[in-house]
Amino acid sequence: MRNLSLIAGLFLASAAVADTPVLTVYTYDSFVSDWGPGPAVEAAFEAQCACDLQMVGAGDGAALLSRVKLEGSRSEADIVLGIDTNLMAAAMDTGLFEPVSIVADYAVPGGWDDKFFTPFDWGYFAFVQNVGAETVTNFRELAASDLKIVIQDPRSSTPGLGLLMWVKAAYGADAQEIWNDLDDNIVTVTAGWSEAYGMFLEGEADMVLSYTTSPAYHIIAEQDDSKTFAVFDEGHYMQVEVAGKLSSTDQPMLADQFLKFMVSNVFQEIIPTTNWMFPAVTPMTGLPEGFPKALSTKKSLIFSPSDAAALRKDALLEWQTALSQ
Amino acid sequence: MADSVIAITLRLILSGAVIFALLIFSFGTAAAVASKGDGFGTLVLADFSAIRFTIWQALVSAILSVCLAIPVSRALWRQSFFGRRALITLLGAPFILPVLVGVLGLLAVFGRSGWISELLLFFGLGRISIYGAFGVILAHVFFNLPLATRLLLQGWSAVPGERFRVADSLGSNSWAKFLLIEWPMLRGAIPGAFVLIFLLCLTSFTVALAVGGGPKGTTIELAIYQAFRFDFDLGKAASLATVQFGICVTVAFLACVVPLPKLGGIGLDRLVLQFDAWKHRKLDLIWISGAAVFLILPLAAILFRGLGNILTLPGQVLTASITSLLIALISTAVCICLALVLSLSLAYSRLNTQKIAEGISILGLSTSPLVVGTGLFLMIFPFVHPASLAIPVTAFVNAMMAMPFVLRVLMPAVREIYNDYLHLRLSLNMGRGVWLMRIVFPRLRRPIGFSVGLVAALSMGDFGVIALFSDPELQTLPLMLYRLMGAYRMDQAAAVAVVLVAQSLFLFWIFDQGGRRHSIS
Repeated sequence: MRNLSLIAGLFLASAAVADTPVLTVYTYDSFVSDWGPGPAVEAAFEAQCACDLQMVGAGDGAALLSRVKLEGSRSEADIVLGIDTNLMAAAMDTGLFEPVSIVADYAVPGGWDDKFFTPFDWGYFAFVQNVGAETVTNFRELAASDLKIVIQDPRSSTPGLGLLMWVKAAYGADAQEIWNDLDDNIVTVTAGWSEAYGMFLEGEADMVLSYTTSPAYHIIAEQDDSKTFAVFDEGHYMQVEVAGKLSSTDQPMLADQFLKFMVSNVFQEIIPTTNWMFPAVTPMTGLPEGFPKALSTKKSLIFSPSDAAALRKDALLEWQTALSQ
Repeated sequence: MADSVIAITLRLILSGAVIFALLIFSFGTAAAVASKGDGFGTLVLADFSAIRFTIWQALVSAILSVCLAIPVSRALWRQSFFGRRALITLLGAPFILPVLVGVLGLLAVFGRSGWISELLLFFGLGRISIYGAFGVILAHVFFNLPLATRLLLQGWSAVPGERFRVADSLGSNSWAKFLLIEWPMLRGAIPGAFVLIFLLCLTSFTVALAVGGGPKGTTIELAIYQAFRFDFDLGKAASLATVQFGICVTVAFLACVVPLPKLGGIGLDRLVLQFDAWKHRKLDLIWISGAAVFLILPLAAILFRGLGNILTLPGQVLTASITSLLIALISTAVCICLALVLSLSLAYSRLNTQKIAEGISILGLSTSPLVVGTGLFLMIFPFVHPASLAIPVTAFVNAMMAMPFVLRVLMPAVREIYNDYLHLRLSLNMGRGVWLMRIVFPRLRRPIGFSVGLVAALSMGDFGVIALFSDPELQTLPLMLYRLMGAYRMDQAAAVAVVLVAQSLFLFWIFDQGGRRHSIS
């Protein structure tokens, strides 16, 4: 008899679970990790949506998009969160995304206007180095110096691709020449951000390609102010991270609610000290102490998603040619 | 043979099923990927230079690893000293290290501001730089010398002690003993070890890239990565995966062509006593300490970085460690059962059939983790929610990946038992049960123990393939490590690495030790 009621109880419990709508968000791995924004975001959204928010980590940004393409319209996901501007064109081409318009007071330099994707954070690529070490103020100086840098491979890593775009945006036709001169500064090229950053912390290089917000991690989380970044006078390339709603969603209302929540104060407040990026909408409390300032719009370099997609192939070839010699 | 038709049919079905699983794992996944794309894609010039570099570095790394392993394993086998067993276990560690961690450990020793560079600077000399082809090979030797050493050590220990006694009593010098007893064994063991390591280096790309110093170090695996992630060119990924199979088949075939000497002759299962070990003691100790310094220094660097941070790890590390342990045990059970089924059902078959089966198993090793993961995903996705199969898929993948290592150890062992003792079974008209329980399994105890340990340790670290099946609730140690690194927490990641390595080594040690206890041979 007791067994029977136990089984009945289990059925009831699962029925109750089934009644709660589930919103599935595919995102990159570090977003859902215990040290990322995931846990706080989940708690905050579930407190207001009467739903079950399931965040699924699917590798990094590029792997995330491949996953969505593999699943196509049969995907369980309602929202894809974590594609960046360099991959947006490819994401658009899938035809899997639904237009949405979420109005907010975006703090993204240059503003934001896209029919399909909503930004949730952004950052500048930069070379991170130790405070007090020899520094440079642009790529030409860097190439002429003896400084050693670690970068990521643009074929496997989003920051790596960002650097490619950065040089292209700052130097255009001279990009090839810059890469030729940078060749002897590059200690090595890693597959992902983690290896490169780890190598820098081990002292393998004077500088590492990362974000202007990276030193803020060390200042805020580790009370270590020994890291800084080199300010480049030609400006810094931006990465805007966006989320989009899949047309195949079975929870369209909930998905819209999530996207609105994403640009709300609660969500945006979580971003700076968990994802270590600039929030897309500045939170009411402002940016935390230790965070760098945003640059002027003129110094905030970025290609439109379609330009970025069109430039990628040639830029990659330039890079490969220069570094393969 | 004395067996019934039923027994023969059963053997056929069983071995057929395992081989089918192995083929699904290699060709099946590549075909699934190709069918999702627009068929197999064409390769461009850059791909061919990647193919060339890949083969070259894998060849050099494998040759070097095996050549170095010969004197090291011989020294370890010949000399007895305090802590020998512990040292042998510890020397196996780099092989089961997560690649990312291993590379950082290597750099802490050999890097631009590593221990050696600091030492050189102290004496007023310049830094060393390992980036480039040299670094790739150094790293690959670091990761694979342990495997080569263990496989050869296995070969050395399998030589019946009586042969050395006879040789000693006949007054043979060590050169004669090498030529007549050891070289034939090595000729049997080296090709297998070489092929395994060659394939491991063929598909490794984190290492090749991280210390390769730039796009010069592009491997086929990286090209697959690019095809998948940025171009979403599944056809090309499948083509490149097929190229890897092609290289694998060629190398495995070449290794098979090397004529195997007949290693007949049974012993009385006595341990070998080395009467002249003292003569070589000095040279052997140089080899042992050389290998120990090379392999253990980077480990020490990792330990040094991680140990201090273990207490700062969050509580989840415990759940992650239990999950990893469970996955490793399930994978091991699956792998060993399949490998035993295959080796025993093929025991009566011709040597060539056994070699073909082993060859099919190593195909899995030459396949790209990304292709396998995607292929399995494409096969499963239309039917079941992939995340709900996270554990079975992980166990399957781990089992398939570890299969070649296990077969490399088990198959020759089974073959030898059947060669040497089958006449005993036939002349005594021994039943199958008695034969297996009294003769086969006791003699397999040691190789089984070793392979169980190896699979368990390997399954603990595996990560790449299952990203597509990730279950949000399932946190494993390697996943935790990568996530910590991705969240700037390199120190805590180093601590997780220490836990991971300790746990893997512990599992390996338990099983290897268990196989050794009461074992015959």
